[in-house]
Amino acid sequence: MRTDLYQGHDYYLMDELLTEEHKLVRDTARAWVKKEVSPLIEGAWEKGEFPRHLIKGLAEIGGFGPYIPAEYGGAGLDQIAYGIIMQELERCDSGLRSTSSVQSSLVMYPIWKYGTEEQRQKYLPKLASGEWIGCFGLTEPDHGSNPAGMTTNFKDAGDHYVLNGAKMWISNAPFAQVAVVWAKNEEGRIHGIIVERGMEGFTTPTMHGKWSLRASDTGELIFDNVKVPKGNLLPGRSGLGAPLSCLDSARYGIAWGAIGAALDCYDVALRYSQERQQFNKPIGAFQLQQKKLAEMITEITKAQLLTYRLGQLRNEGRATSAQISMAKRNNVNMAIQIAREARQILGGMGITNEYPIMRHMCNLESVITYEGTHDVHLLITGMDITGFDAFK
Amino acid sequence: MKILVCISKAPDTTSKIAFTEGNTKFDENGVQFIVNPYDEWYALVRALEIKEAQGGNVTILSVGGADYEPIIRKALAIGADDAVRIDAQESDSLYVAKQIAEYAKDKGFDIIMCGKETINYNGSVVPGMVAELLDLPYIPLAVKLDVNAGVATLEREVNGGLEVVEVTGSFVLSAAKGMAEQRIPNMRGIMAARTKPLQVVPAFAAETSTKLVSYDLPPAKGACKYIDAEQAGDLIRILHEEAKVI
Ligand SMILES: Cc1cc2nc3c(=O)[nH]c(=O)nc-3n(C[C@H](O)[C@H](O)[C@H](O)COP(=O)(O)OP(=O)(O)OC[C@H]3O[C@@H](n4cnc5c(N)ncnc54)[C@H](O)[C@@H]3O)c2cc1C
Repeated sequence: MRTDLYQGHDYYLMDELLTEEHKLVRDTARAWVKKEVSPLIEGAWEKGEFPRHLIKGLAEIGGFGPYIPAEYGGAGLDQIAYGIIMQELERCDSGLRSTSSVQSSLVMYPIWKYGTEEQRQKYLPKLASGEWIGCFGLTEPDHGSNPAGMTTNFKDAGDHYVLNGAKMWISNAPFAQVAVVWAKNEEGRIHGIIVERGMEGFTTPTMHGKWSLRASDTGELIFDNVKVPKGNLLPGRSGLGAPLSCLDSARYGIAWGAIGAALDCYDVALRYSQERQQFNKPIGAFQLQQKKLAEMITEITKAQLLTYRLGQLRNEGRATSAQISMAKRNNVNMAIQIAREARQILGGMGITNEYPIMRHMCNLESVITYEGTHDVHLLITGMDITGFDAFK
Repeated sequence: MKILVCISKAPDTTSKIAFTEGNTKFDENGVQFIVNPYDEWYALVRALEIKEAQGGNVTILSVGGADYEPIIRKALAIGADDAVRIDAQESDSLYVAKQIAEYAKDKGFDIIMCGKETINYNGSVVPGMVAELLDLPYIPLAVKLDVNAGVATLEREVNGGLEVVEVTGSFVLSAAKGMAEQRIPNMRGIMAARTKPLQVVPAFAAETSTKLVSYDLPPAKGACKYIDAEQAGDLIRILHEEAKVI
């Protein structure tokens, strides 16, 4: 891959809404990405492996639980700073962002919000420093968009629980030390349970053959009569709302992240259009290419405004799940469209790994599906505005 | 070891350069400012390495308005202990040097470190002037700095090679590429920077010695002529007859 020349684009002077600390957080993440990740990301993607040596650096730039309070090893930053970090990571690769947002929003968040003080002290500092990596098991082979139908379950066996079932499509599973698993108790109520690598009957086979998110490891979680200590149950919340609140946090991060992928595609395409000459002029001088680029920056700018406002609402604890759905759906779709258009601006070069666009495009196919598919988020908005549930 | 690191802000290298007010003012609109790389990557990072190895204190000093504070916070996030901003509009080099010298004169710094130049004005004279005003030894263009038992050993770039010098007692240096490697701040540093002291002191009385008349952009790049690799003779002829350089 070529030298990473990325520059942010801020058409509506949104930077003026950021604090100095936000900008410092952004510069830090960007500088780290350019130095440590950009030179190797194409290779990692091709190999289909998350580069595990990056974990320490990801922790140092605040990639793990930036909004978790400092007493638990987090950085105590606000939601906008969290979004900014996700954006800088996904600007490089959606898989890199996935590793970080799963750890932050799907593992640390539920332990922080629904765990006991003992669980927080035990897990959060190690997750924040990257000493431990976590994963989040909700999806099952037969229950994707409909997690309420899950069959993974646990039974009370006196001084411990016995967990059975299987989860699929789990990011970070192959190398996670800790899994936050959602399973039903004997009454059919969903609870979160912390399962640790090494517990007997717990395995995490890697899933192969992805054409998307290749630089993030995905696996299964198999529970075959796993004995889990009772102290590993998250007592603070049960029911489907518990995992969904974690998804709210992660989806919010994805809304920011997708803008990063879009910005990278736009940035590359804009520069290419100014340099590539055909018919004796830069291709950026042709109206057809300008239309594509002008529409890209328009959509990016709209997404930036939407997402910043959502960040303010999250900071105030007022963002609704439906508002988050709208931003996740809009921004990921915006990014995937931009990736497709940007790829065409680069002509044949656009399909090579000299440029990041095709990789972003492939990655975004996962991002538009996980954490609620494009369709599911539309149904959430539909239900929110009409009051009718069109899911079932 | 008490070290003072002087940092300046400079426009990011990707900035579009334009002027306003009849070409007498740099147009800061939309310009991203960074810590001048020679000050940050080389002077500051080496100062921190020395402090980490031997103990001591690294103070940041900037001469400039409140718009300097983001870059000062960054320097604190990278690891400096405290910072001072002399609240003065930076004008010519001598004025800036007088501010620095006036502040530093009774503070007992062992080393005063600057970058070899700013990437916007490229004056390269402030550290030399500071040394002169404080009557201290000056080692320009240093690429290596070690301190052992109160003796500093420096390597500096000279025409066609390197010169090794030793200094005892306080001194001023300007840092060139090679003295250290860029450090990216980490989240711990950013959090710590929130509460590190940043003292603002009023400008010292000093005269500017020059007056800025105007700025001009360099002439636009001319068109590029391609010559077939097989036709080296054409190249010689064009250089001789058209460009008249040989
Ligand atoms: C790379 C990757 C990483 C992932 N990481 C994780 C993880 O870490 N943890 C985790 O728990 N899960 C993870 N997932 C799983 C992801 O969340 C699911 O794939 C997603 O929820 C969709 O489920 P599904 O694949 O079973 O599709 P299905 O639910 O079978 O959907 C198939 C199609 O049907 C549509 N559809 C479904 N229901 C409706 C309806 N009511 N009305 C209209 N259309 C409908 C969907 O929109 C979709 O187009 C990951 C997935 C991928 C691809």
